[in-house]
Amino acid sequence: MSEAKIGAYICKGCGLGDRLDTSQLVTIAEREGKAAIAREHDFLCSEAGVQMIRDDIANEGVNRVVIAACSRRAKTDAFDFDGVCINRTNLREGVIWVRPDTDEDRETTQEMAADYVRMGCAEIKHMNPPTPNEKTDASSRILVVGGGISGMTAALEAARAGYPVTLVEKSGQLGGVAAELVKRVPERAPYADPEDTGVAALAAEIEANELIEVCLNSTLARTSGAPGCFSADIATESGTTRTENFGAIIQASGFKPYDASQLPELGYGKTPDVVDQMGLEALVRAAGDGPVKRPSDGKEVERVLFVQCAGQRSQKEGHLPYCSGHCCLTSIKQAMYFKDRNRDIDTEILYTDLRTPGAPGEDFYRSGQQKGITFVKGVVEDVASSGNGAKVKYKDIILDETIERDVDLVVLATGMVPNSGVDIEAVSAPNVEGAEDDAGDNGGDSVEIPVESILNLTYRQGKDIPQLKYGFTDSHFICFPYESRRTGIYATGPVRRPMDMMSAIEDATGAALKAIQAVENAKLGRAAHPRSGDLSFPSFRKEGCTQCKRCTVECPFGAIDEDEQRYPQFNESRCRRCGTCMGACPVRVISFENYSVDTVGQQIKNVDIPDEFDEKPRILVLACENDAYPALDMAAQSGQQYSQWARVIPVRCLGSVNTIWVTDALNSGYDGVVLMGCQKGENYQCHFVKGSEMAHYRMSKIDDTLSQLNLEKERVATYEVAITDIERAPGLINEMAETIDKIGMSPFKF
Amino acid sequence: MSDYNQQMIEQFRGNFLKEVESNVEEGEWVKMCMQCGVCSGSCPFGPHWAHPPQEIFMMIREGEREQVLTSDSMWMCTSCYNCIVRCPRGLPITHIMHGLATYAKRLGLAPKEQPTAKFAQLFWDNLTKTGRVNELKLGLALYFMNGFSEGIKTSLKMKDIGLGMWKTKRLNPMEMVGGHSCKDTKGLQAILAKAQEIEDAKIGRSGA
Ligand code: SF4
Ligand code: SF4
Ligand code: SF4
Repeated sequence: MSEAKIGAYICKGCGLGDRLDTSQLVTIAEREGKAAIAREHDFLCSEAGVQMIRDDIANEGVNRVVIAACSRRAKTDAFDFDGVCINRTNLREGVIWVRPDTDEDRETTQEMAADYVRMGCAEIKHMNPPTPNEKTDASSRILVVGGGISGMTAALEAARAGYPVTLVEKSGQLGGVAAELVKRVPERAPYADPEDTGVAALAAEIEANELIEVCLNSTLARTSGAPGCFSADIATESGTTRTENFGAIIQASGFKPYDASQLPELGYGKTPDVVDQMGLEALVRAAGDGPVKRPSDGKEVERVLFVQCAGQRSQKEGHLPYCSGHCCLTSIKQAMYFKDRNRDIDTEILYTDLRTPGAPGEDFYRSGQQKGITFVKGVVEDVASSGNGAKVKYKDIILDETIERDVDLVVLATGMVPNSGVDIEAVSAPNVEGAEDDAGDNGGDSVEIPVESILNLTYRQGKDIPQLKYGFTDSHFICFPYESRRTGIYATGPVRRPMDMMSAIEDATGAALKAIQAVENAKLGRAAHPRSGDLSFPSFRKEGCTQCKRCTVECPFGAIDEDEQRYPQFNESRCRRCGTCMGACPVRVISFENYSVDTVGQQIKNVDIPDEFDEKPRILVLACENDAYPALDMAAQSGQQYSQWARVIPVRCLGSVNTIWVTDALNSGYDGVVLMGCQKGENYQCHFVKGSEMAHYRMSKIDDTLSQLNLEKERVATYEVAITDIERAPGLINEMAETIDKIGMSPFKF
Repeated sequence: MSDYNQQMIEQFRGNFLKEVESNVEEGEWVKMCMQCGVCSGSCPFGPHWAHPPQEIFMMIREGEREQVLTSDSMWMCTSCYNCIVRCPRGLPITHIMHGLATYAKRLGLAPKEQPTAKFAQLFWDNLTKTGRVNELKLGLALYFMNGFSEGIKTSLKMKDIGLGMWKTKRLNPMEMVGGHSCKDTKGLQAILAKAQEIEDAKIGRSGA
């Protein structure tokens, strides 16, 4: 890239021209910002304004563009120039909209704007346009692990989109749990009767699809690589192993039914006439078209009682604390097995809260009632063998009475236990002291987790994808489903959260699209979610690296391995570009072309710090660009105000905040520092999962630095801020201004 | 207890829900209740009767025949229709309450001293005699509903109101003897007898 040539463009539209002395800003850009070209424009996002910039890029060789106008979140289409670095100096949402339009405020508002222009020019001086690292040899083949409903759906969807698929299934047949069902909860209106499972049709479609290769009786013995270049050893039961390359992986390893033998209090094991839902499917299958017989003596079942939430939604040891979501509908379906054979069979469903989610839910429930299934709100007190079926004692919660029933069969609606492989956080002792505290008590301790690895990853961080809660793989329920903490590996179906067949089909379709995205991004050397399309990439200065492994440990996505000399080895396509490694590195040798310790550090340094007697404090705000920064923008849009002393810098993730920025700021006379990241922990909203957590951890140690500097610890505050905190976020800044008012100015002004 | 009651017990052998479905007006709706409790919460009488509608429906499903049919709960319904308006499942709750009351009465299980039940009978007897409600007789019958001495007491208490009504021509003492009637009393009674016959045939019994 030829030498940096800065063009700074100051907009006078949207009231900026009225509120600010833009010609002074032009002078600042030229003199202090060293802009080769600095211009003001009445209406910068207009065609003429944009053309002016375009002309300067084409004719004057401008390759660093500072647009001092509205927020970076506005007018992104207008200010989109190829091949140059762009800085969006936020004078509208960041300055004039958050300050009152009064004469007495004019001076400080202008100072705010001037500082932001200085910061914009300083940042861009240290930015370089990233160079894409295309991988033309990247594989497009998608590996699907698991041949149940989720896996089959994902394979078919990917194949329908034209991507070759290899489907690896551990057992000897496709279909997973669904293959063992007699019928399924209906998928089509009027949602009145159980339907064919559709497993056979799906399996046939897979077999007929030339793009899909099925490996039965197979597992993954080893998986290495990164998106676009995964390499997997597929081992068959017979002992042969072959290695193949893949662009992306979909893990659809499903679930195991909860082990009902842990429920003797519900009679399981006391008499064969107590079965779980899978046990009932087997009984009905054995019955064919004839009547269902009870296991103990083959008598035809005339009375059957279903117990909902068996060992689920319970805090008791060994029980599942969560709701598996499908079991209420499944019990209704199973009761219909009886009612559809003979309306005179007594079918009773004992529930505390009947949960019938999804499209079929209410209709199917009503249909069950129409068919004469009795629904009773109650809790089992005892199940015993009566020598003639089972005797059930339960408490009717509506009538507040204990009721006894003699039935032929009891069916326990037990839950789903995910097949998520090895819990790598439980296996490996936390490497950063204290940082992984949250992982230890994830509530899943009572759930028995299978220890056999599913993926056998060769990643330094562990064999499987990380889990979040109750042993389910970590994927954000709402914001980013399917995403795991291993780029290019997507979890789908009941392995990531309990779900029924209908949801699993939808889920698998989503995961297939995610995998395709990963494949395509990898080819172009672009980042996947959430900085989709980003071409920048972290690199490190080997000479400076002390091999402390902070980056390797803190990278939430397992993107960094170690090479033979124990230096960090960045896997570009695994990287999500969050910058957590950059924030972690104590010797600051990690940087991106367009985001580095310098791009932020120089902005901090270029803010004008008036001396102590001016009574003009400075507050540095480092705000996550995903949530906190938009919240501040929206606060501005809704007419809220915050302190004129604040200087806000957006960061990719709070995890990318290197403590040097904070210490430098304090050393150079800032009076307070406010850090705003996303919610961390189990219910995280952090777009980089662990970034905010890491930042909070690092900042918890900042007190030492503060006491060394002899500064009050109130001068640094770290917060979790949601995108909806439109009133709170500016409030936090104002709080810091008040604090400074109270404790006084920093003594470090020069 | 009536033969009819015995007959029904034998016919449905413990399946009270089924019995309600076939014998009670709108009874086939009982199974559709989803136990949300909105009706009980909406009923102005909710806190005052032994079993609000939600509970009655649950008792029916649990087969508590005796408790339901002898209960005075459904007799307490004032037909305000609050519950019907609000039930998310669209159950015609008010009608079911009345249906249950009627059925209990037919079986001979309705509580003997239930004022609503008593009044209903008085009203019916009064009306069907002449085809016109005889207010004087109905009023007095009501006063004497709970015995002679109480009847005298109530009558004395109401004396002034009665005199006032007489003065303003709202009450005719001559109604005490005979009273006014519709044009064709015989015809009306024939209609009612036929209706009873149809009803009896529908629920499968003869006589009553
Ligand atoms: S930028 Fe984020 S994802 Fe990439 S290596 Fe660094 S910590 Fe890992
Ligand atoms: S409101 Fe309707 S559904 Fe709810 S408890 Fe009453 S009758 Fe049942
Ligand atoms: S109609 Fe009867 S049962 Fe319904 S709310 Fe009114 S009084 Fe209660």
